[in-house]
Amino acid sequence: MNDRIFAENRFGLGPRPRGSGGGDGRAWVEAQLGDRLAVPAGTPTRAEAAEALLAYRDERRDLRMERRQEPEPTAPTMTMSGEKASAKPKQPPELVGLRKEQRDLYLRAVDARLNAALTGPSPFLERMAHFWANHFAVGATKMTTVGFAGLLEMEAIRPHVTGRFADMLLAVERHPAMLLYLDQAQSIGPNSLAGERAGARGRDLGLNENLAREILELHTLGVRTGYAQADVTEFARALTGWTVAGLGRGPLQRRLGGAPGDFAFAEMLHEPGARTILGKHYGEGGEEQGRAVLMDLAVAPATARHVATKLARHFVADDPPPAVIARVEQAFLKSGGDLPTVYRALIASPEAWDPARPKFRNPWEWTVASFRALGLDKAPGQRAVGMLNELGMPVWRPTSPAGFDDIAASWAGPDALVRRVEAAQRLAATAGQEIDARALAPVTLGSRLSPATAQAISRAESPATGLALLLVSPEFLRR
Amino acid sequence: MDRRSFLGCGAAGLAAATFAPSLAFAKAATDKRFLFVIQRGAADGLAILAPTGDPALARLRPLIGFEGGSRIDPFFTLHPALKATAALHAAKQALFVHAVASPYRDRSHFDGQNVLETGGALPYRLRDGWMNRLVATMPDDPHAIAFAPTIPPVLRGAANVTSYAPSKLPDAGADLMLRVGDLYGADPQLGPLWNQALAARAQAGDLASGKGAAAAGALAAKMMAGANGARIGMIETDGWDTHSGQKARLGAQLSGLDGLLAAFQAGLGADWRNTLVIVATEFGRTAAENGTGGTDHGTGSVAWLLGGAVRGGRVLADWPGLGASQLYEGRDLKPTHALDAVIATALAQHFGQDPARLAAALFPDTGARPLAEQFV
Repeated sequence: MNDRIFAENRFGLGPRPRGSGGGDGRAWVEAQLGDRLAVPAGTPTRAEAAEALLAYRDERRDLRMERRQEPEPTAPTMTMSGEKASAKPKQPPELVGLRKEQRDLYLRAVDARLNAALTGPSPFLERMAHFWANHFAVGATKMTTVGFAGLLEMEAIRPHVTGRFADMLLAVERHPAMLLYLDQAQSIGPNSLAGERAGARGRDLGLNENLAREILELHTLGVRTGYAQADVTEFARALTGWTVAGLGRGPLQRRLGGAPGDFAFAEMLHEPGARTILGKHYGEGGEEQGRAVLMDLAVAPATARHVATKLARHFVADDPPPAVIARVEQAFLKSGGDLPTVYRALIASPEAWDPARPKFRNPWEWTVASFRALGLDKAPGQRAVGMLNELGMPVWRPTSPAGFDDIAASWAGPDALVRRVEAAQRLAATAGQEIDARALAPVTLGSRLSPATAQAISRAESPATGLALLLVSPEFLRR
Repeated sequence: MDRRSFLGCGAAGLAAATFAPSLAFAKAATDKRFLFVIQRGAADGLAILAPTGDPALARLRPLIGFEGGSRIDPFFTLHPALKATAALHAAKQALFVHAVASPYRDRSHFDGQNVLETGGALPYRLRDGWMNRLVATMPDDPHAIAFAPTIPPVLRGAANVTSYAPSKLPDAGADLMLRVGDLYGADPQLGPLWNQALAARAQAGDLASGKGAAAAGALAAKMMAGANGARIGMIETDGWDTHSGQKARLGAQLSGLDGLLAAFQAGLGADWRNTLVIVATEFGRTAAENGTGGTDHGTGSVAWLLGGAVRGGRVLADWPGLGASQLYEGRDLKPTHALDAVIATALAQHFGQDPARLAAALFPDTGARPLAEQFV
């Protein structure tokens, strides 16, 4: 079972009504491995994101001078899951416009991502970009990251989707979105120049181990793979100095080179000394010290296994077969993390082509597949964003650095199902009466279209109801 | 015909096959209510209920501080944002267990939450959650519901549970709802989910469009109040992972949670008398603040027991101290109470079950033993 429609559902983003056609599915996937993913048109620039954040901070600082202490606004989090609620302090009117500016940058990035998913030439690679963006999850959940979160995928992930894991890892961990999201930009070595000066003034500034821990637990080795708290702390010390240029205004910031939003290494924040991490010695070395640790982590056996497991879970099964994991893991180890080699091992796994083993589409995958099936060439802007929020998967806003779950139990809930039906009805209503779901069903589902679904569609009381039924049919909800 | 009237007549007249009979919320065998509120992200117990009598606290928290709040006993001060909670304490309807922890001793959220929710001794050893096993111990169907779009791990398992969360999407038409029900009927995964969703929607009625933390509390109360209300509920809150700028963020978080609890109490009315609420988190945070005005992943934290059924007005703590040599691994509040034992004991007392048997049923791998303490 490796026809083209099957492959487009399992390895791509779902078929479009025209332009698919027959042919060998596996060949279709493999032909994409030599492609490169461009940065989608319309993506905001890093300079725009930095400028918006600076303007926001300046205004807040002015306000604070006026009113003394203004609490740090945070993105809302006290929620019934999926329902973003308002446990945040009221915003002064001066800030509303600037917040909107940052939100617009976020919306433009989401639009660019969706447009690439709808019409990009390499759907498998688009899918991989979504996978890696979730693996290296950052949340557009703080005022500092709203404008930057999407850029992590655009700038650090997409260029490396068909490159080496190590290069992607390095690009991700040096990206402003990650440095800001996991608090690395503010981490200070207690015995660094800055740490000592602050100490002398009676201020206890210091280390933040958030990024170091998540790199080990989520980005590379995986949780429970033998590292200890001491390794986390030592790694955090090694990473001190990794920060973002031009977003603060102290004397330190003025000394950093680079445009606002660029990676910068601040020697005066770096904790001096040699380190031992996971039994290996790393000599004194400023910026290089953190990079050396990262490069070792990128090719560690535990990393190969962690990445292989996540890929197998994403493409094969919630509870992935050990044989697939082992095959992908070996490909990772032998190639030193060459991603096309890793993907090839996955695509060559017969388990990945088993039609009896479909995966439940998460809200993003389902939304993209629906838009593609309807033949949309352009993302419906704010409406798409609102729909993904309602479906419980707001773009680049997972509730934790672990990203969104990749198992059916997290998405196939009673209420989530009703929401999809509601969303499908709305989509079908706006798609008009022109689309004949009876004709579209075999084109999008191929051999998986069941007689029951075909019959339900043909008996619908209106074309719109037929179309909605196709989008929420058991076959369309899975890939 | 809009959805509501469709559902209204569905409950009365439409084919019974559309609704699983066990999900029509009929009167359960018990009047007792239990709500579990999870704080995802490791809530800082040392800020929620600050040990202001411990001389080491001031040194550990110079930037975050701990000013204000209600001094609820000579040693502990409740966070200033917790106004309704402080009132509950004064009315002897709130009890705190401090320096408490699940058996988990590492610092990964995902593993910690898995242990907290499955009730296992180690992450990923058990596949179902302790609340689901609690449902299985109860006579008849106590109607357990998660106020979330999908069922969280603590409620997952073989016993019948459902989930509900309000949606801002326009209602789907009655015709489509019926046809989808037909289409899912033969699907072993989708069929039961669909029936649960319809039953929960019928119950929710007008509060379906509610927003915010207080609305979440009010919605939970609406679904759990009265003779036909669900007896067991669960609410997820997230955003407790305060690595930086903790002071303001935690204040907003706690003010939301406080509002949620107040709305839940108000909405339950007379049933509050029979209610136990437990608020817990996967682990605590470092005793010392970090260099960015926040705290990192730690160990011991605080668990809250609230409700008309609770013998409150006190703090249970075998205080380990915050001195450098008294901290767990030199950095965290040392756990001196086992969260699983607290939960099992309180629930056994609340639902009139044998404590040892319930502890073994809910926490089969942890060796949790009932406590001598009277919680309710």
